[in-house]
Amino acid sequence: MDMSPTRKNVVEASGFKVENAVSTRKISKNYGPVEALRNLSLDFPKGQLTSLLGPSGCGKTTLLKIIAGLLEPTSGEVEVNGRAVTGPGPDRAFVFQDFALLPWASVLRNVAFGLELRGVAKSEREAVAEKYIRDVGLAGFEKNYPHELSGGMRQRVGLARALAVDSEVLLMDEPFSAVDEQTRRKFQEDLLNLVQTENKTFIFVTHSIEEAVYVSDQIAILLPRPSRVSEIIRPAGFRSKGAENIRRDLEYLDIVDRIWASLRTYVE
Amino acid sequence: MPNRSLVLKVLSAVIVFSAWEIAGRIPVSYAFPTFLESMNALVHMTIDGRLFSAYAETLQPLAVGIAISATLGIALGLWIGLSSWFDWLFSPIFIVMQAAPLAALIPLLVMAYGIGLTSKVFVVCIMAMPVIVLNTAGAVRNTPTSLTEMGRSFLASDYEVILKIIIPAASPVIFSGLRLGISAGFIGAILSELKITPTGIGDIITYSRSIADYPSMYAAIFSIIFLAVLFLNLLEKIEATLFAGNVRGYVSD
Ligand SMILES: Nc1ncnc2c1ncn2[C@@H]1O[C@H](COP(=O)(O)OP(=O)(O)OP(=O)(O)O)[C@@H](O)[C@H]1O
Ligand SMILES: [Mg+2]
Repeated sequence: MDMSPTRKNVVEASGFKVENAVSTRKISKNYGPVEALRNLSLDFPKGQLTSLLGPSGCGKTTLLKIIAGLLEPTSGEVEVNGRAVTGPGPDRAFVFQDFALLPWASVLRNVAFGLELRGVAKSEREAVAEKYIRDVGLAGFEKNYPHELSGGMRQRVGLARALAVDSEVLLMDEPFSAVDEQTRRKFQEDLLNLVQTENKTFIFVTHSIEEAVYVSDQIAILLPRPSRVSEIIRPAGFRSKGAENIRRDLEYLDIVDRIWASLRTYVE
Repeated sequence: MPNRSLVLKVLSAVIVFSAWEIAGRIPVSYAFPTFLESMNALVHMTIDGRLFSAYAETLQPLAVGIAISATLGIALGLWIGLSSWFDWLFSPIFIVMQAAPLAALIPLLVMAYGIGLTSKVFVVCIMAMPVIVLNTAGAVRNTPTSLTEMGRSFLASDYEVILKIIIPAASPVIFSGLRLGISAGFIGAILSELKITPTGIGDIITYSRSIADYPSMYAAIFSIIFLAVLFLNLLEKIEATLFAGNVRGYVSD
């Protein structure tokens, strides 16, 4: 296959996937008698953002942890850049749904923790951490401890920690669930910028249909337990229309409606 | 605020000592001296050096026993908490040890190890170790999985997970185990001196009682309690400097 940069760009712009950063093949996961995932196969194109959308308890966190190498699937396999996953790796970083901050460590140390574990020197890792603390809007809170922060602020610490290790794939488990609506919209815009400027692959779990449609290149709708992919939606047209116009775009509204129509059966 | 807690400590000491003084003056019992009489006896004992030679004796099994209990206890506790196999193997021993009536075991210890230092060290360890081991193991076992998972996802080695996540997370409970264990160790040290051979502080207590010198007896008891409190405060300081975050409370959500 011709991999010259020009050709690759052309193909990407026209919406075809060139390479997958992550692919899951027939993943099943049982927790004892509970069947969380069954035969789930899904590809995550490189440099794009894929959302996982599905009812609570359908196995989104489970899937993310399997991709992260934190959980073993009962069967099936995960490939990251063509290599089978056997455990956590430097190519993936995780934003945890429950934040998972060290309560005894300051914001600065928490954000630098991933780099600390990679053996980066103290002054260097703190400089990097400070940059990402600023990026998520927590400048001035470097010396605070997690219990002194609000839920949304803690969540942003977890986000900064994952960004700080600069890995190719970001696994984000409801990273904006605890921030207020204004911050959330700002983060969504920031996220779109990140997807565009950095060549990273984002796997993004959310409960919000609007959020998924707004930020995603690809949306995977998951069925309730045992979870499989019921539908893959690729919003295409409105991405280039600028942040303010997307929410009024017809295609955007259409897709939101369509997803709601297919999910509402599980709510009722 | 450290000042406020100091004031409270002094205040509670004043209340307790006044109550003691009043109770001694009523008197509650002919064998119960007043606070001032006891302090007077304590000063005398200190000046004529009896107190120092007594502590030279008593502190030996106490220090050795507590040192063994703390290092071995924490190490064993970590191990038991980390490995279910070790848990299965060792936990029952310490649970039995914690429940066993020590006074009934002392004759056995004396039979096995004589009346010297070894037996006394054993008594201190039997008193101090179980709570240290069981607290440590429980705390390690209850480390939030989300924290260890976070560590692994950011590529921590097993060793780093233990050192940077499990131990700091467990340290408040480990330290509370140490506090309880050390208090129990003090009891054990005195108990061994009362039940095995009267030496050191145990000797002062036994001897003063036999000649009805109650102020000296209470002075000796007071001094050992005072020492225990002093030691526990020192431990608190160590914890505060070693794990600065522990005083800051926990967040789990
Ligand atoms: N450690 C575990 N042991 C047993 N069952 C588990 C465990 N973790 C998850 N489950 C079960 O697996 C299912 C999927 O859980 P998971 O956390 O992946 O859901 P989720 O899609 O992330 O839900 P939410 O949107 O509410 O976060 C749930 O029904 C849950 O009960
Ligand atoms: Mg979840």
